[in-house]
Amino acid sequence: MNDRLPILKTYKLAIGGAFPRTESGRSIAIKNPAGEVIAHTCHASRKDLRNAVEAALTVQPKWAGASAYLRGQILYRMAEMVEGKRTELAEAISATGATTTEDARTEVDRCTDRLACFAGWTDKYPQVLGCHNPVTGPYYNFSVPEATGIVGVLAPDSPSLLGLISLIAPVLCSGNAVVVLASETNPIPACVLAEALATSDLPGGVFNLLTGQRDELVEHFASHREINGLSAAGVSQAHRATLEAGAAENLKRVRVLVEPDFTDDSGFESPWSIEPFVETKTIWHPSGA
Amino acid sequence: MTTLDPQSHTETVRRTSAAGPGRSPALEFASAWDYAPAPESVKVEIAKVYGHFINGAFTQPDGGPARTMATINPATEAELAQFARGDAADVDAAVKAAREAQPKWAALPAKERGKYLFRIARRMQERARELAVLETMDNGKPIKESRDVDIPLAAAHFFYHAGWADKLQYAFAGRTPEPVGVCGQIIPWNFPLLMAAWKLAPALACGNTCVLKPAETTPLTALRLAEICAEVGLPEGVVNIVTGDGEAGEALVKHPGIDKIAFTGSTEVGKRIARATAGTGKKLTLELGGKSPNIIFEDASLDQAIEGVVAGIYFNQGHVCCAGSRLLVQESIADEVTKRLTHRLQTLRVGDPLDKNTDVGAINSRPQLDTINNYLGRAREEGLQCHSPSTSALPKNGYWCKPCFFTGVQQSHTLSREEVFGPVLAVQTFRTPEEAISRANNSPYGLAAGVWTDKGSKIFEVAGQLKAGIVWLNTYNRFDPASPFGGYKESGFGREGGMQGLRGYVRLDGGAK
Repeated sequence: MNDRLPILKTYKLAIGGAFPRTESGRSIAIKNPAGEVIAHTCHASRKDLRNAVEAALTVQPKWAGASAYLRGQILYRMAEMVEGKRTELAEAISATGATTTEDARTEVDRCTDRLACFAGWTDKYPQVLGCHNPVTGPYYNFSVPEATGIVGVLAPDSPSLLGLISLIAPVLCSGNAVVVLASETNPIPACVLAEALATSDLPGGVFNLLTGQRDELVEHFASHREINGLSAAGVSQAHRATLEAGAAENLKRVRVLVEPDFTDDSGFESPWSIEPFVETKTIWHPSGA
Repeated sequence: MTTLDPQSHTETVRRTSAAGPGRSPALEFASAWDYAPAPESVKVEIAKVYGHFINGAFTQPDGGPARTMATINPATEAELAQFARGDAADVDAAVKAAREAQPKWAALPAKERGKYLFRIARRMQERARELAVLETMDNGKPIKESRDVDIPLAAAHFFYHAGWADKLQYAFAGRTPEPVGVCGQIIPWNFPLLMAAWKLAPALACGNTCVLKPAETTPLTALRLAEICAEVGLPEGVVNIVTGDGEAGEALVKHPGIDKIAFTGSTEVGKRIARATAGTGKKLTLELGGKSPNIIFEDASLDQAIEGVVAGIYFNQGHVCCAGSRLLVQESIADEVTKRLTHRLQTLRVGDPLDKNTDVGAINSRPQLDTINNYLGRAREEGLQCHSPSTSALPKNGYWCKPCFFTGVQQSHTLSREEVFGPVLAVQTFRTPEEAISRANNSPYGLAAGVWTDKGSKIFEVAGQLKAGIVWLNTYNRFDPASPFGGYKESGFGREGGMQGLRGYVRLDGGAK
């Protein structure tokens, strides 16, 4: 008989490299299939979202300006940190009963590999998505992809970790900063991930994590004027409409995946998952002596 | 006191212009040179009334002033023709035709699809002069621009995309691109035929069919293009053209049979379209407004820079979404730039668009002229000094605005923030490259930017920092079908032209739809 009273953890938000509690003072109980409370997470508010965007704004230009090689090494370091928390992440994924422990392990492994994949994309996608353009006349002309800026990411409920990683890896890879709303039904893996990333060399504020309720936060993600893009999966049709209508206010780039199969490597590890959140800049210069 | 380069063109003119002695001789071009008219001689046939082009044939406009509207020549205010005012029923008929045609068009061997586009390009080249004259009459732009820019580029756009039709799998690494379906395309009045080409050519190359709505003040060249489509045997329903005003545009945006909307126009309308299509699953690309900065550093070649500034803002009467409407000048050369601009503007000939010597033509419409005049009034009210040195005598009829610029502009002035869409330049100064970049990026828009300096490392550093989809270095307002065009931020999303321009007209399998 183990009658030790476990210490229940309250997972905090991740904003600007720190782990604050929600300013709203609210929390949500997360339960296992038996209905027992296994942890608490923060119930983030609109103000938390705004703080996260502010943090992202201060660091995003630096992240985008870092060399592709350095961004690649940091994404690889993220993969290393996830690998190091393999067991804890798998337990977190299966804690609410959404998957078996074995499936959860497979999911974590796929997450690690996906991060490693995008670690390798940082210095290659510009060569696939950009090009020299053979214009008529004495001009040198080329197109390069650049980061869109701040991207709001709405992760699906399930797969709680793989869905999140699949949405953020391509977006971070090209120099964007993200503000993520974790799976609503099981946000614990996202929180564990945030703790892992805190020691991954990813500059604080490039990855920001909120936990809470989509119903409450979707409209604020949609309408925030400093968010430049929205990437979502597993959201309802109503939430999709809210996102797209709100996005019209400052013409955010929006990508909503409908019933995605995150285990499809060719779909989720291609440069076409990077492309939605880059802007093509085309540069002309006359040539002549 | 003149600091002009003695070798420069302006200096030569000054000497021959019989200016009296003195410290600051005035340049007087109006009396120095008298230009004989050089009117374009090609005459173009225009029908009294035009119907829509639906399912390969022109509809019969069913009479009644409610169902037609007039298009006028903005340089004379004379009516050119009546055309059909499309409504929801017309749009529905066009969408039905496009829907029916789409699977067959997509199933054609890609090479055959491409050959139709080649044919269209060729016929546009062969009918180029007719199209240029018609464009100038309907739009008001100088014939030398429609003849040398609009029409050749429009034909080149079809030619470029013709070649993509059978090569799409190479443009999308590791993917099998599929057509989006039926595209609703809404275009503006500033480059009527060129915008039609920008929209139709990539859509058709990728296997889509189209319903295009031209602007209400400039429907004529799009209808000529419809004639060309019929002439080259393009299958019925592949291209449909519905003319009219906002009613037709709205019906197109809301039609459930449309898979994708492509819009070029104002940011305000673009946002309305984005809201209207929210949650419908329609794909969207938007090419919207701008307030593009043109930055001159003190180490620029000034002669070239001044020409670039003029090309940047006065080309097409400033009716250009990527117009370089904010001139950012390094403080040390601000006076010199002001002086040279004043001289250069004196030589710009404003007037009859059909005259081959005309540099600046007519404003496209009365409402647009009112908008521009409104901005001019506000700029003066806000205390800005207007420089309008053009010496041309304006015609009695028609809509005209002399090219002008305002100095002393600050970020708080309306003129530095809002798009005028006319020949109006706002001149601001800066001291350091950092200040230039921060001022340039201080705008909700991000369509284009220009940078003038002869220092290579600086020009690439600044180009890298500017938040703009097109960056012209030591040049401005250059266009090519192979060069992607489109903006950052509230200037819209998606690209037109080049390999990247195909993306808006295909669906990709796998995770990225």
